[in-house]
Amino acid sequence: MFQTFLFYFFSAILLFAALRVITARNPVHSALFLVLAFFTSAGIWLLLEAEFLAITLVLVYVGAVMVLFLFVVMMLDINLDRLREGFWNWFPLGAAIAIVMVIEMALVLGGRYFGLADMPVPEARPAGYSNTKELGRLVYTEYVYPFEIAAVILLVAIVAAIALTLRRRRDTRHQDPAKQVLVRARDRVRLIPMPPEPKE
Amino acid sequence: MTFAMPNLQPAAPEIFLLGAVSVLLIVDLFARRGSRFLTYVLAQLTLLVCAGITIATGTPETVHTFSGMFVDDPMADALKLMVYAAVSLLLVYSREYITVRGMYGGEFYSLALFAMMGMMVMISASHFLTLYLGLELLSLSLYSLVALQRDSKVAVEAAMKYFVLGALASGLLLYGMSMIYGATGSLEIAKMAEVIKSGHANQTVLVFGLVFIVAGLGFKLGAVPFHMWVPDVYHGAPTAMTLFIGSAPKLAAFAFIMRILVEGLEGLVKDWQGMLVILSVLSMAIGNITAIAQTNIKRMLAYSTISHMGFVLLGILSGGGNGYSSAMFYIVTYVMMTLGSFGMVMLLSREGFEAENIEDFKGLNQRSPWYAFMMLLIMFSLAGVPPMVGFYAKLSVLQAALHAGFLWLVVVAVILSLIGAFYYLRVVKLMYFDEPTSREPIAPQYDVGFFMSMNGLAMLVFGIVPQPLMGLCAWAIQKSI
Repeated sequence: MFQTFLFYFFSAILLFAALRVITARNPVHSALFLVLAFFTSAGIWLLLEAEFLAITLVLVYVGAVMVLFLFVVMMLDINLDRLREGFWNWFPLGAAIAIVMVIEMALVLGGRYFGLADMPVPEARPAGYSNTKELGRLVYTEYVYPFEIAAVILLVAIVAAIALTLRRRRDTRHQDPAKQVLVRARDRVRLIPMPPEPKE
Repeated sequence: MTFAMPNLQPAAPEIFLLGAVSVLLIVDLFARRGSRFLTYVLAQLTLLVCAGITIATGTPETVHTFSGMFVDDPMADALKLMVYAAVSLLLVYSREYITVRGMYGGEFYSLALFAMMGMMVMISASHFLTLYLGLELLSLSLYSLVALQRDSKVAVEAAMKYFVLGALASGLLLYGMSMIYGATGSLEIAKMAEVIKSGHANQTVLVFGLVFIVAGLGFKLGAVPFHMWVPDVYHGAPTAMTLFIGSAPKLAAFAFIMRILVEGLEGLVKDWQGMLVILSVLSMAIGNITAIAQTNIKRMLAYSTISHMGFVLLGILSGGGNGYSSAMFYIVTYVMMTLGSFGMVMLLSREGFEAENIEDFKGLNQRSPWYAFMMLLIMFSLAGVPPMVGFYAKLSVLQAALHAGFLWLVVVAVILSLIGAFYYLRVVKLMYFDEPTSREPIAPQYDVGFFMSMNGLAMLVFGIVPQPLMGLCAWAIQKSI
């Protein structure tokens, strides 16, 4: 009973937040509503006994991705009025795509193909059951091969990002930490002995 | 729950490659700037050792490891060996080109080897998860290779297009895979095939998923109507990268189709056969007819790729051992021809000059009779003129299609390849009967010249004695499928 209440509570906030993401005028507000949406969906995942994924969602998306988003939104000077231009011209196309998507979702989620008969409710786990431990065990045993490939993909991403963006420009001013720590006081500060001025 | 340590031996080439690339990344840091010869030699050595390991650990049996996610069968071994050969050859061809254009960093080699690792993962995947991860590893490396020439606007635009459409295709594939997972309850290809065969899976959901998978495969392969990115990317990318995209990954794409459609969704053959017929006919028609109108040789070869992919699909949809082995033979010869033709385009380019237009081949015979002859062999082979290997490849695919009862498809394919012969022969005509526009001598480095000659002569040799290669393909398919 309490769980059902929690589910509706989270869902209502989630829907509200998701709607505000696309309707808020200020992009910073949109980003903050997206944070709220992530947070409440993490709550729903907790109800589904997927606690590891819920925590990861908060840590990765709220903690890292959204902060990056906020940075980008604040750094870029986005002209909102230009973005909103031609909204009504594109509205029929967007609406048509949205309707198709709704129909598809209804077909998939409607219960005819993936109903409770095909996908029974998983049995509840005992209290001490650790989802995180199970995931870790699977990732390092059965799924070790795809896990390693995923690691290689990340390595490729690093190599590619550095290869594409690292450029040595002479006109930028940059700091060289190695030189900074080697600096001694006498290189920077020169003490000049001066005779005190005679009193008159 | 106990877990048995997986047998690492079948995956030895991949494991060695990963170690070698990591070493290469480190060694490259200490190499002198501007002189990457060491990296180049190490990359070639890596390929050589990988080939050695693949031959040494290859068995005629099918071995599964890593909880059924990795499969090592004769088809995988054969395709991997061909991938090594293709990558090694393209590294030879493109060294001069990328040096001159300032892309000769260690990244080229590490990304190329990472891309190759992606291909190997795809080739020996027996699980949707590994298939997809291999594909992403390959695609991400290719996107960044195309963008490596970041000061060129065209190259960056090509990379962007390739990236966006590639991401879309991956999305389609994933959507299809998730549908099939929903219907069969397994991501492992062998288990999936069992469930489909038993008839317990929901047919509607399966076909729904299949449509998405075929569309995604069509995108990756560049088959009409999912071909729009091919000419733009081939044209915009630096020729060395076009050579890369156009050659070795096609072998992996072939393995990808075999694993998904033939091994996994064999039970739905009636459904995907019809879809492939449409893709195949459209690809052959649009590819061959549009290629006639091109003046840029890279665009022309891009459309020719599309039409050749139509032929490969024709072989696959014909089914049976004959159809699959003829499709494999076709894709292998196609990779050889692509290496030759784009290698030739790079051979004619030099510092500050890109031999991009068909006009640039004018009077090649007067500038260098030997390389004009090599280009003639390659063009004849692409067109499918009798003593060349391209003819034999087309013939075997058509035979398989005829055997499967697709008479009208065979007639259409023959007519369309006749139309296609026009634009290949036009290049030959320009080389032999027109006056050259430039007198610049053609003097490639010794290794490039040697391999280019081998590549051209291979068209003739494999055309006259196709049996060993054909036999290898037939054996690999028969042992694996």
